[in-house]
Amino acid sequence: MNSNTDFTLAIEDLTVSFDGFKAVDSLNFYLDQNELHVVIGPNGAGKTTVLDLICGKTKSTSGSIKFLNEELTKMSEHEIVRAGVGRKFQTPSIYENLTVLENLEISYPYGRTVAGSLMFKRSSKVLEKINQTASEIMLQDDLDTEAGLLSHGQKQWLEIGMLLIQDPQLLMLDEPVAGMSVKEREQTAELLNKISKGRSVLVIEHDMEFVERIAHKVTVLHQGKILAAGNMEEVQNDPKVIEVYLGH
Amino acid sequence: MNFVYEKMMGGKKGLTGFLILATLILVIFPLFLDIFRLNLVGKYLTYAFPAVSLVLLWGYGGILSLGQGVFFGLGGYGMAMFLKLEASSVENTKIQSTPGIPDFMDWNQLTSLPWFWEPFNSLTLTILAILILPAAFAYIIGAAMFKRRVGGVYFAIITQVIAVILTILIVGQQGFTGGINGITDLRTLNGWDITTDSAKYIFYFINVALLLSVILISRLILTSKFGSLLLAIRDKEDRVRFSGYDVSNFKIFIFCFSALISSIGGAMFTLQVGFMSPSFVGIVPSIEMVIFAAVGGRMSLIGAIYGTLLINFGKTAFSESFPELWLFLMGGLFISVVMFFPNGLAGLWDDYGHYITDRFSKSKKTKEDSPEIVKKKSDESAA
Ligand SMILES: Nc1ncnc2c1ncn2[C@@H]1O[C@H](COP(=O)(O)OP(=O)(O)OP(=O)(O)O)[C@@H](O)[C@H]1O
Ligand SMILES: [Mg+2]
Repeated sequence: MNSNTDFTLAIEDLTVSFDGFKAVDSLNFYLDQNELHVVIGPNGAGKTTVLDLICGKTKSTSGSIKFLNEELTKMSEHEIVRAGVGRKFQTPSIYENLTVLENLEISYPYGRTVAGSLMFKRSSKVLEKINQTASEIMLQDDLDTEAGLLSHGQKQWLEIGMLLIQDPQLLMLDEPVAGMSVKEREQTAELLNKISKGRSVLVIEHDMEFVERIAHKVTVLHQGKILAAGNMEEVQNDPKVIEVYLGH
Repeated sequence: MNFVYEKMMGGKKGLTGFLILATLILVIFPLFLDIFRLNLVGKYLTYAFPAVSLVLLWGYGGILSLGQGVFFGLGGYGMAMFLKLEASSVENTKIQSTPGIPDFMDWNQLTSLPWFWEPFNSLTLTILAILILPAAFAYIIGAAMFKRRVGGVYFAIITQVIAVILTILIVGQQGFTGGINGITDLRTLNGWDITTDSAKYIFYFINVALLLSVILISRLILTSKFGSLLLAIRDKEDRVRFSGYDVSNFKIFIFCFSALISSIGGAMFTLQVGFMSPSFVGIVPSIEMVIFAAVGGRMSLIGAIYGTLLINFGKTAFSESFPELWLFLMGGLFISVVMFFPNGLAGLWDDYGHYITDRFSKSKKTKEDSPEIVKKKSDESAA
């Protein structure tokens, strides 16, 4: 339908309606390589739904989502992940009964078939990758801790780590600093700035201070449509944005 | 090699548990029970196969099947069909209007062997059927359900319905299946009399060896990455899916494996008990199998075996004197286990087992041990 693009992610005319209610309405959205893009907007704007559509959790009503020129709307969830899209959920989604190490091991992108998982060996190469990822997310001392015992912020980091170990081309994070302390927010901002190199990152966030610290570009979503887009300053001074979102 | 050994035994604790079980069923029971009772225990131990399969499927995979009796039955019937054909030689059945076919077929005016009975003339094909057919059937059910993301209660109900349908089919198609009476009068296996005491001993030991192998293989599976994934799917299916796994394939595999295990149990049942009937296929046996696993502790492979033995000893003891009471008792036991001991016998052992082991070790050691422990504790608090 649409021609090939240079964008990592190209969303065109994307619509999804739930019983007639359009949660996402003719959305056009583009994401470049190395870009860290933040989507903001009031509750119920459709932000999470956009991520659901990209990662295949929700099927679109119409429109196209191209990732590295591959059409995602026809692919199943695990195929989309294997193509290089990683997604963190709004509430931390980790395996609470497993240790940090096991959480990362399960996310390690080999042995993903039944036979592969039965034969999988915890080799030194695997451990090295796990250790490296754990230190990136500041959990290197908690490898043997049961994930359920981590603080809320650490759980968020762990889930980010579970994505990083797969080295995705597109990383999508739904409210990554929710429930974090001020210090943890700073550390997360630093982490995101570091990991956005060499890939594209799409972040949904409410905390404007945090957005300011990380965003290359900002898009404001409202009732399933784009209200404004641009750099932080442009968006913050947009009267429409102030009215529906920032004003209160 | 060492690595595989470690995983099978599950470390020192796993090894101890395995050895205690092996000693009990491999040495103590055969030494102290007469052949009648040993044969009874052997029968109970065939129910342990589906119970163990439910630990894998339900305890670890979170997939509750209320139809394991189907697979137990398929295995049992497969073996029974072979034995029945052998018992129905032309010579043995010459008084029938059609000699050479099983008696119940003759009673139902069948004049030739149905096509699907033909393969069961061969022991090799029979064994293959026991190993493959139930797993293949599970594959079809699993693919149809799990690919469509049917799970939880719906899956449980559907397996239950399949158990009902199969029972109705078996009972209704008397001429092909032997109906409500099942397939009876099984006497020889390749000419060898299976009703003798020595045959019963041999089957008991084969059964135990198979059961212990199933435990070891299951441990290998559970300690692999597949095992962690099974738990992960149970607790956070979406996270697994969005980590790049095709979750349905993992569920299908464990369902097929559980069917295979149950089927082996069914085949061993027929060999030891000498008949197979629809009363081991339907809802009641399928639910009983879940109770065995729950009472044993649904996360414990070995617990499932103790759960099976305990309930069946209880059933035998009680149902002779109070047959009606037993059902209520078992129901009550099941509810109280679910409510108060969710980890079953295995959980009790984990919580209170050390009182017993402590007592044993205390009686051996001298009193000087205790100050040492106190000292260790004070060291720790100082550090
Ligand atoms: N599967 C669904 N079925 C029906 N309605 C849905 C579904 N998913 C989302 N919605 C609706 O779509 C709208 C957008 O929801 P969404 O979760 O995308 O909002 P959001 O921008 O992420 O909000 P928040 O900031 O609160 O997380 C909401 O009105 C929600 O009720
Ligand atoms: Mg949201």
